[in-house]
Amino acid sequence: MLRVIVRRLLQLVVTLMALSALIFIWLRNLPGGPVEALLGERATPERRVLLTKALGYDQPILVQYGKFMQKVVSGDFGNSIRTGDPVTEVLSRAFPATIELAAAAMIIAVGLGVPLGYLAARHRGRILDNLTIAGTLLGISIPIFFLGYLLKDGFTQNIHWFPPSGRLTTGIDNTTVTGFFVLDGLLTREFDVTADALWHLILPAVTLATIPLAVIVRITRASVLDVLNEDYVRTAEAKGLRHRTIRGRHILRNALLPVVTTIGLQTGALLSGAVLTEKVYNWGGLGTLITDSISGGRDYPVLQAIILLAALVFVVVNLLVDLSYAFIDPRVRVR
Amino acid sequence: MSDPITRPGVTAPRSGGERGDGVSERNIGLLGERKKARLEELARSTADKGGVSLVRDAVRRLRRNPVAIVGAIIVGLFILVAIFAPLIAPHDPVQRFPELTKDLTVDNIPGSQSGFPLGSDPLGRDFASRLIHGSRQTLFVGVLATVIGLGLGVLIGAIAGAFGGWVDQALMRVTDVMLALPSLLLAITLVAMASRSTQWTVIFAVAIVNVPIFARLLRGSMLAQRESDHVLAARALGVKERNIVLRHMLPNSMTAVIVQATLTFAVAILDAAALSFLGLGDPDINRAEWGLMLGVDGQRYFEVRPELAYYPALAIIVVALGFTLLGEAMREAIDPKNRR
Amino acid sequence: MSLLDVRDLNVVFQRRGERPFTAVDKVSFTVEPGQTVGLVGESGCGKSVTSLAIMGLLPKRGNKVSGEVLFEGADLLKLRPDDMRDRRGREIGMIFQDPLSSLNPVIPIGVQVAEVLERHQGRDRKQALKEARELLDAVGIPDPERRLTEYPHQISGGMRQRALIAIALACKPRLLIADEPTTALDVTIQAQILTLLKQLVDETGTALIMITHDLGVVAGLCDTVNVLYGGKVVERAERHDLFARARHPYTHGLLSSVPRLDSPRGERLHAIRGSVSDNIPWTEGCAFAPRCDNVVDACLEGPPPLEPTATGGDLRCNNPVQEEVAVP
Repeated sequence: MLRVIVRRLLQLVVTLMALSALIFIWLRNLPGGPVEALLGERATPERRVLLTKALGYDQPILVQYGKFMQKVVSGDFGNSIRTGDPVTEVLSRAFPATIELAAAAMIIAVGLGVPLGYLAARHRGRILDNLTIAGTLLGISIPIFFLGYLLKDGFTQNIHWFPPSGRLTTGIDNTTVTGFFVLDGLLTREFDVTADALWHLILPAVTLATIPLAVIVRITRASVLDVLNEDYVRTAEAKGLRHRTIRGRHILRNALLPVVTTIGLQTGALLSGAVLTEKVYNWGGLGTLITDSISGGRDYPVLQAIILLAALVFVVVNLLVDLSYAFIDPRVRVR
Repeated sequence: MSDPITRPGVTAPRSGGERGDGVSERNIGLLGERKKARLEELARSTADKGGVSLVRDAVRRLRRNPVAIVGAIIVGLFILVAIFAPLIAPHDPVQRFPELTKDLTVDNIPGSQSGFPLGSDPLGRDFASRLIHGSRQTLFVGVLATVIGLGLGVLIGAIAGAFGGWVDQALMRVTDVMLALPSLLLAITLVAMASRSTQWTVIFAVAIVNVPIFARLLRGSMLAQRESDHVLAARALGVKERNIVLRHMLPNSMTAVIVQATLTFAVAILDAAALSFLGLGDPDINRAEWGLMLGVDGQRYFEVRPELAYYPALAIIVVALGFTLLGEAMREAIDPKNRR
Repeated sequence: MSLLDVRDLNVVFQRRGERPFTAVDKVSFTVEPGQTVGLVGESGCGKSVTSLAIMGLLPKRGNKVSGEVLFEGADLLKLRPDDMRDRRGREIGMIFQDPLSSLNPVIPIGVQVAEVLERHQGRDRKQALKEARELLDAVGIPDPERRLTEYPHQISGGMRQRALIAIALACKPRLLIADEPTTALDVTIQAQILTLLKQLVDETGTALIMITHDLGVVAGLCDTVNVLYGGKVVERAERHDLFARARHPYTHGLLSSVPRLDSPRGERLHAIRGSVSDNIPWTEGCAFAPRCDNVVDACLEGPPPLEPTATGGDLRCNNPVQEEVAVP
């Protein structure tokens, strides 16, 4: 088991190293070079030379890469071209917003997806099942930013059930502790903040949950159908166990194993979807940051930091999911 | 849904079922002629059910599956519209019409009027014609992105699966790097790497996202086959390794690849639309492509005229749904679990 | 009163768009307390479906069950699902063919035994586990304390089947149904499991329905044997009578296809021609007719009735075997 963990960790480090090398190469090969990218085309030659020296771009490439990696590991990504703020600071503001949104979406997707998938499987071939399948197919076929606009239009324009954008009502007084506003409100006992944050969170989270929800419903349904055909479920019935016991201990306990893997993979869909959802609802997280960093001339320091951060989150979550298997499935546990 | 990556594609055709002889010679004498014929007929009809190849079996099941039929009809209509777009569309998709530009402002985009069933787009062009022509560009983007992704992925997967060992390990680490980024973020990174967006950067970015998926699918299928009986048999018969890979392993893995390609098409046009929405799409204002229409004009003028978003979105949803239905039905059909 | 009295049990599978298929066709038999009754036949003859119908374990949809299954006088088919649930595992236990797939892979063995006791005997987990340990010991599992926390994949096939027997007998049921309990096991283990079953049945006085295609199992265990073909009982006899004088050509064929040590050198094994799929619907004639050596015109006119024989059994045949088969 320990060997597996070490091997996976090594693989993870190698993957991230390779990715950072790619990003380094990308930055070095920007059209006109990184200096021009930072200063713009109309900078004076003197300023260029100065900046080239200041950034160390006159040194050998391997030295440059070494310095780049040193900075990356210490979390120093330089300053944003657009605002001039340190990238780390910009990220630390945006990161919790995205995590809060993604976590809320995942809670919706799992909380709704698993029961729906189970019910669909138990009612295989009937109306409920067919409706569920049709819904999931529609869910993965609809561009989620379009769905975002539809929901926003439907629930914020004529019937004002939800606010159209942002994370909090402007003017509301909140204390930032973790950066997760729902949690902050609870921690500081400012429950109006929690309520307001939740109220802002619902529409974006529902939008973002669409694809993971559809996928989780389908995986759960397929998995439950497989398990229902298993001999051990028949054994459980032959024991005369209560329906509740059979459902929980014998069906779901087994059927949810593949769903756990899916949850790891869907982190990717959440990060991808967050970029789109955040733009629709002007959420102010990593997604908004990406959009802003692209449209107002490319803000490379911010972009590369986000890319590495997203990769790190995705890879680590999947590693954790794989490792969690050792605890939930005795068959992969080592004696 | 079982993991398509671990599922081998087509396996060797089943051998013919062991058929019973029906009636033995010595007893036939005891029976009347009519009964004899009946018994023989019964025996024939109950035997000889095996031997149908898996592919033919799958096609037979597809044709009975309403989901597959609906998917195929949508996909077929889409391709027909794309081919005959210039004949179907009432107008030139890039021409600006004075009737439409007359009242055109940022806050007023004329709707349906005579000769222009769906009204104008933000530049005074016929929206209906652009939608119809949009099928061509969408098909173009989707097919190219899928084919490029499939081509590169199959190449990597085939090399990894054929050689195994360190070649396999090295190639899989490459796909690991590609898979380390969530799909849309990878596409964004790739487009952002290019200094300027063009239609090709979008196609390329969407294609690259799918490379590791095809590569792993094919590799998994081929590795599974390396140990399968028919490959072992071929090897025992002295068939050259190259021929085993080309004639046995690759063709048998292709069914799964084709199914994946069908599903990928749907994802590709959705991803392309997302890139357009983020401002990373094709900057050519003459290009009529659904993702572009939805992501750029549809977004910008959603408050003014939501139809500009509704119609391209509907087109994308229906086509993506069509490909997904067809792909899912195909996957179900080749799944050995569903064989009867 | 018989312990179990199955009367005219009928199971028809009906899938949408397909012709209904009668898997069990008016099957009747009885089981006396403490008696061991065999249900014998090839795969597809309806013996497993019969047992699942008795247990009420057939899928809720896609089939129609009719007839009567009287267990101590009460018709199990008419019970409310919850009442049937109360009896399963307590009054009727069941053992299945494949012990690996019949045990839940992610639950420790101990819990899988204990949960029956918790359900039917009202034990708490601790007490149930203690009894589970004793049960595992009683079915001959070595080091039962350790097995309690182990998972099915960690123990051998023979031990898994022993664990399943422990589960089925945990609440001391009056009837045990064993569906091909040794088919998935190694030959050496098969004998051990059969010996264990015989011993437990004798000790506890539990009646046993033994479902098998293996006449060796029947010879060693059963008091009465029902031979099934095409969903119908074709012959019923006491064990001794069946082996001494099989009347139905199918039973006869089954017996003659068993290799014997004392048969003359060079004599060919007799195999029954064709396979079970070569049968004709019973409404048109005897299902065995296409494979039968003794077929006559009457066999295709209509299904022959089940009639009592001189030796106290029953037989469904127009042209029974006359010659005598030596007792194995």
